[in-house]
Amino acid sequence: MLRDMIAWAAAHGHDLEQAAGRHLSLSLTALGAAILLALPLALALVRRPSLAGSAIGAVNVLRTIPSLALLVAMLPLLGTGFVPAAVALTLYGLPAILLNTYTALREVDPDIVEAGLGQGMTERQLMRRIKLPLALPVIFAGIRTAAVQIVSAATLAAFIGGGGLGELITAGMGTLDMPQLVLGGLAVAALAVATEIGFALAERGVRRTVGSAA
Amino acid sequence: MNWTIENWDRLAEALGEHVVMVGTALLISLAISLPLGIWAARRPGLYVATMSVTGVLYTIPALALFAFLIPFMGLGTAPAITALVLYSLLILVRNIAIGIRELPAELIEAADGMGYGRARRLLRIELPLALPVIVAGIRITAVSQIAVATIAAYISAGGLGDIIFQGITQDFGEKIVAGAVTASLLAIVVDEALKLVERRLRAASAAEPL
Repeated sequence: MLRDMIAWAAAHGHDLEQAAGRHLSLSLTALGAAILLALPLALALVRRPSLAGSAIGAVNVLRTIPSLALLVAMLPLLGTGFVPAAVALTLYGLPAILLNTYTALREVDPDIVEAGLGQGMTERQLMRRIKLPLALPVIFAGIRTAAVQIVSAATLAAFIGGGGLGELITAGMGTLDMPQLVLGGLAVAALAVATEIGFALAERGVRRTVGSAA
Repeated sequence: MNWTIENWDRLAEALGEHVVMVGTALLISLAISLPLGIWAARRPGLYVATMSVTGVLYTIPALALFAFLIPFMGLGTAPAITALVLYSLLILVRNIAIGIRELPAELIEAADGMGYGRARRLLRIELPLALPVIVAGIRITAVSQIAVATIAAYISAGGLGDIIFQGITQDFGEKIVAGAVTASLLAIVVDEALKLVERRLRAASAAEPL
């Protein structure tokens, strides 16, 4: 089995590379879009508590929707390919970042905020210099969760023609080619674990920087 | 809406398969996690080791886990339920262990002082008081198992994913949406129902003077 897998990888190095590249570009696009949407949305909700309750409720419902359901729901709306997969993955990663940012900004120690106000800081300065830096570790934890979720769900993009490493698995399933199936699984698992470890290390770095600055 | 109206019985059947698959997996998951969580609750070394192993399992994408199980177990419900159980362990063991460990030390001492044996203390004091945290773990697990079970149709395990994958091969939008919406509704209903149970349990344990 191992020899078959190595032989398959040697013969299909280019396919493997292409699928991995597509998986990464799909995941990075979705993560970037999710961050760009979630951060301003969370800031807006912190400022408008009247809207926050129902908006957070809606985000919690979005978080509950199965990843496959979210991806295939794009088929009738946007068809197949990169764009529908990226849109679905963005929606899939959004809740983790939005909820963490919203919670972290609301839970900044009121004494510190009071001290900032006492120094004559405006609302904008307060957000930039105090609230955001203090909330950063929790915001980053949300980004980490979203990154792992997106890389994992991007495997399912293969079902809607979005490409990525999932295609190695579906192709292996189609022909019941065990070496290809297991190799595809290994590639996907390695990428997911590497994302988790990479972001965990980065998160530790963020915590240390914020901790020494405070 | 035509397909959904004419084929509601097929949709109901798929929903039933889905519920049975997740229910079976959840029962097996609890049977494994309860002893493991209780055992790891006051043994930090064992707790960390369990969390590392189950943490890696939790990170592996569902399709990859299926790919690893197929050479050993073939297709069908068996590898699907195995995957669902493997995913559940991180959250369930963690919540069971933390729920027991975080109980106030005075409470445990009081139970010991009243002559409770270890087993009786576990059944009468520790598990009932840890129940809200354990139910929270069951809620997260059930929702994620409903999601993974949808993908399990791809390895011939049946359930609502079957409707979705049939819709994809037949290029039939309504069928895809019917399967996806039913799976989502199932997840949302289970999530809300268990949230309610969790809230009632918390309120009940807060009302009891301990």
